[in-house]
Amino acid sequence: MIGFIAARLLQSIIVMLAVALIAFALFRFVGDPINNMVGQDTTLEERAELRERLGLDDPFPVQFARFAINAAQGEFGFSYQHRRPVSALITERFPATMELALVSAILAVAVGIPMGVYTALKRYGLLSRSFMTLSLIGISLPTFLIGILLILFFGVILRWLPTFGRGDVIAIGWWTSGLLTADGLRSLIMPAITLALFQMTLIMRLVRAEMLEVLRTDFVKFGRARGLPDSHVHFSIALKNTLVPVITITGLQLGSIIAFAIITESVFQWPGMGLMFIQAVAEVDIPVMAAYLVLIAFFFVVINLIVDLLYFAVDPRLRVDRAGGH
Amino acid sequence: MAEDAGPRLGRRLPDVFQGDIWHSFTRAPIVVLSAAFLVVAFLAAAFAPWVAPYDPFDLASLDIMNSVMAPGEKGLAGETFWLGTDDQGRDVLSTIIYGARISLVVGIASVLFSLVMGVGLGLVSGYVGGRLDAFIMRVADIQLSFPAILIALLIDGVARSLMPRDMHDELAFYVLIFAIGISGWVQYARTVRGSTMVERDKEYVQAARVIGMGSGRIIWRHVLPNVTGPVLVIATIHLAIAVITEATLSFLGVGIPPTTPSLGTLIRIGNDYLFSGEWWITMFPGVALVLLVLAINLLGDWLRDALNPKLR
Repeated sequence: MIGFIAARLLQSIIVMLAVALIAFALFRFVGDPINNMVGQDTTLEERAELRERLGLDDPFPVQFARFAINAAQGEFGFSYQHRRPVSALITERFPATMELALVSAILAVAVGIPMGVYTALKRYGLLSRSFMTLSLIGISLPTFLIGILLILFFGVILRWLPTFGRGDVIAIGWWTSGLLTADGLRSLIMPAITLALFQMTLIMRLVRAEMLEVLRTDFVKFGRARGLPDSHVHFSIALKNTLVPVITITGLQLGSIIAFAIITESVFQWPGMGLMFIQAVAEVDIPVMAAYLVLIAFFFVVINLIVDLLYFAVDPRLRVDRAGGH
Repeated sequence: MAEDAGPRLGRRLPDVFQGDIWHSFTRAPIVVLSAAFLVVAFLAAAFAPWVAPYDPFDLASLDIMNSVMAPGEKGLAGETFWLGTDDQGRDVLSTIIYGARISLVVGIASVLFSLVMGVGLGLVSGYVGGRLDAFIMRVADIQLSFPAILIALLIDGVARSLMPRDMHDELAFYVLIFAIGISGWVQYARTVRGSTMVERDKEYVQAARVIGMGSGRIIWRHVLPNVTGPVLVIATIHLAIAVITEATLSFLGVGIPPTTPSLGTLIRIGNDYLFSGEWWITMFPGVALVLLVLAINLLGDWLRDALNPKLR
């Protein structure tokens, strides 16, 4: 057990170091960082001094170590485009992405699970079939097209909902929240649905498949034979036993929600980290790209680590296998 | 080698049209429809200059007076634009046909990239085993824990920043193929590795080894033919993913440039006109993209079931 955790931790650290190395190499070798930081009228002496002060003449390992230590403390230097510290930019945009991602995740789970249960229980019902057909179309519909369709119908034709931005936000310390104002909530509806839809179909199909499997098992049949009411058999016995894989997959999906947020934020001009990253890629704003690269890798490594450990805690068979095998 | 290839091919082709797979194909109308649509789409894309009503990139034939016309409207010279025109007076139907051509070329090229890389690594990993196998599979695990579209986006971003700015548009095509290709090799490698490990220990492979056949030849002649079925299924479904990924990156503005637009680029261009009610500039390329992906997905789903003997 301890060996397994240590191996996973070591792997996570190696991944983070590899990503940090790529990010650092980008920062150091794409263009001259000094040229990107100073204006045209900076003298050669000033440039040399800045170079000296930033330690750009030090050996590569020393510079990389400094970069990694700074990155671990959340320092990524100045954005070329905005002329501001990257850490400040990220702090500013972090709440927007997190609120969007969390609301979408909740939406996907809250709608996906009941739909999955329903389609499993009423397998041949008309509604179930239409859910299944819709989910197939949903998988073939790219995220950005869903966003555009929503904008066209609810923003342009019906004029019910705002089509871009976060609306009014309230600042709570450094966190800005759009969840507390009517305008903020209205602005959140379309982006949240866009982002949630794909995960929703995924969760629905997963719950359906797991439910169908569990409903065939002996303990469910036994529950029915004892004369337990259908609702008890379906929800307390069957659904409960499907939740382990569902929780795992949903946990892993949290990471991809943050990734797909890039697309959603771009469609709705949502002022989050994803939009910041796309603008940085278009403008070759390397410090921002490097920071986002490291940050997103960190998210994924942590999420995967937690999910792996959860697996381990939940499934006793795995413990035996791992102890004997690898 | 040459003499046994001929007769075998001659035996196999009719097999395809009489066997179980052909039978299950003709029994599923939606699959036949998808396949027919794909054949038409591929032909239209391949012969775009002859099929498209206008050449959207021939600047001389464009008339700015014809810009942003609604579907079915008649242009100055009396020509009809069935799907309307865009901001530069380009016929939307023609840009879709040319755009699908680029989308499909990028999609197919990146699938081939992933396929060659994944199958190669999978064969080596499964056949050689040991530390090399452990290393390749570890890298695959790590890559699999990130969504493919994110990896493609990151590679695309990093590759773009490595190039001088004025070369972005020129090289965008190759950068995209590389980025999407790298992001997709893991599925191939895992599947092929599994099958290779099974084949490796079978008696006929051992027999081949005993008579002194080299490893390369064994892999090429005996192991590879046994893994083609699953690889074909993965490639089909992967094509749908690759086309979506290309469209997404182009929509985000980090893919194919507007001068030679793909479907994703067309949707991005049209998106600016959505708010003023010119929906056709973005919606028709969108519909084309969805139909294309849906047809590939349906065909892929069917192929997966048809090639799986357990489900027959």
